[in-house]
Amino acid sequence: MSLSASDVKKIAHLARLGIDEQQIEHYAKDLSSMLDLMTQMGQTNTDGVVPMAHPLDQMQRLRDDVVSETDQRDHFQTIAPQTEAGLYLVPKVID
Amino acid sequence: MHNLTLSELAAGLRSQQFSSVELTQAFLSRIHQHQDLNAFISVSEDTALQQAQAADQLIAGGNAGPLAGIPIAQKDIFCTLGVKTSCGSKMLDNFIAPYNATVVEHFNQAGAVMLGKLNMDEFAMGSSNENSFYGPVRNPWATDSVPGGSSGGSAAAVAARLAPAVTGTDTGGSIRQPAAFCGITGLKPTYGRVSRYGMIAYASSLDQGGPMARSAEDAALLLQTMAGFDTKDSTSVDQPVPNYSAGLNDSLQGLKIGLPKQFFSAGLDNQMAATIQAAIEEYRKLGAEIQEVDMPNLELAIPAYYVIASAECSSNLSRYDGVRFGYRCQNPQDLADLYTRSRGEAFGAEVKRRILMGTYALSAGYYDAYYLKAQQVRRLISDDFKRALSGVDVLMGPVTPGTAFRIGEKTDDPIQMYLEDIYTIAINLAGLPAMSIPAGFIDGKPVGLQVIGNYFSEAKLLNVGHRYQQATDWHLQVPKGFE
Repeated sequence: MSLSASDVKKIAHLARLGIDEQQIEHYAKDLSSMLDLMTQMGQTNTDGVVPMAHPLDQMQRLRDDVVSETDQRDHFQTIAPQTEAGLYLVPKVID
Repeated sequence: MHNLTLSELAAGLRSQQFSSVELTQAFLSRIHQHQDLNAFISVSEDTALQQAQAADQLIAGGNAGPLAGIPIAQKDIFCTLGVKTSCGSKMLDNFIAPYNATVVEHFNQAGAVMLGKLNMDEFAMGSSNENSFYGPVRNPWATDSVPGGSSGGSAAAVAARLAPAVTGTDTGGSIRQPAAFCGITGLKPTYGRVSRYGMIAYASSLDQGGPMARSAEDAALLLQTMAGFDTKDSTSVDQPVPNYSAGLNDSLQGLKIGLPKQFFSAGLDNQMAATIQAAIEEYRKLGAEIQEVDMPNLELAIPAYYVIASAECSSNLSRYDGVRFGYRCQNPQDLADLYTRSRGEAFGAEVKRRILMGTYALSAGYYDAYYLKAQQVRRLISDDFKRALSGVDVLMGPVTPGTAFRIGEKTDDPIQMYLEDIYTIAINLAGLPAMSIPAGFIDGKPVGLQVIGNYFSEAKLLNVGHRYQQATDWHLQVPKGFE
């Protein structure tokens, strides 16, 4: 199994991850060897094996639908890159 | 003072041989003296001394717990209110967490003093600490070599006596492998035993925090403070926490030890095999019975792990988008540019590789072939462990294929680096507890023995470790220049 430079560009786009143009071939090579490693699993028969998500097969815990958090917006926004009037600022999305 | 055990330090504080402030100052000065190890990312001198003063008052009041006034350090993956939490990444180089991790809260309640935050591979991805934005950590036993990873700063700090005990986290071996490379004791608890709240996520179904210390006895005290059910962690397990120190001296007469034959196959270095065999011989002398066990699916652990860990990492790290906290690129052209460039400029190469791999594995059309398959293989591996542990009390084997390698030796080939974790990774997939204890040296570099137990058998592992440490002195060796 091997990935091409254009595969890597597509995956990087899905992940919204900037990659230097001259590094793309390098990532293609590394990811291809990772995939080679992973295809070893293909030879094992897993028909009917229940996928394991939690080591103790514990279900997601539920809680009562009540307010448990206090408003800490100002506190949280002290570490934000850019805010105004309690809002997080990003470049304009709609013209 | 820096060579005393945690119990000795606690006794010294109570009998007023020294104060917590004096103790804290002594460790802070060692941290400054050995800065070239690069074990710490942040040293929180001011808050440490404040905590020490408060602890001295608590101790004078007469109702302080065993860790009151004792300096510890946190892996820089645990969020600490007011002290930078970088996770070894440029992405969080400016991040001051607005809250404390549950583990940090537990140490605060115990009156422990936090000396600072320890260096680590970026987002805990790595086996050598060379993936840190803050540069590699040096191994106190051989400063041209790596301390292991991802909890490399943690292991180096304990080995060099810069802190008596510290925290680490283990997703695929990140407590045990550096503990082995640096000649200390490291325990990865059962998945769900220690809260992950405020512990920055890498692969959520595998990540687990645990203690790293010089002995099993000290690790028991640390785990006592770290363990416990937490409603803030949705995968935390609601099980009572036993007294981890109570059974440390229990006899090992009749202990059944299983040796997975796959751990002792062709890939294992001869000297490593001989050192591990000698340690197992020591257990025979302590009354243990040894038998071989077969775990046929063990060789699938690395491929399954790198699918699951990469997939979960790509999902977890999608939160770093340059909007609410962390790194933001200069002059973004539009929102897509803001996301893409902030992430591209702030993540290192290994983190990018795993995000790409995980994104691919989870993308439409590939999910069944990779993620689902890996979760099924995970079940097969877990079943192997269940079968093996139904006939024995603990499993034993090596932690690593070899001893600490030189800085730069394995950085060119990520796959070579992944194979470093061949003996540790399967345990995370199964969610079992496992420990590394010092078991000898090869050419002056430490070797770790791995002890694996059944779910929630941490007390048994610590007992097994402690009895060995009563009979041997590998854990008492100090690297030259750090006596």
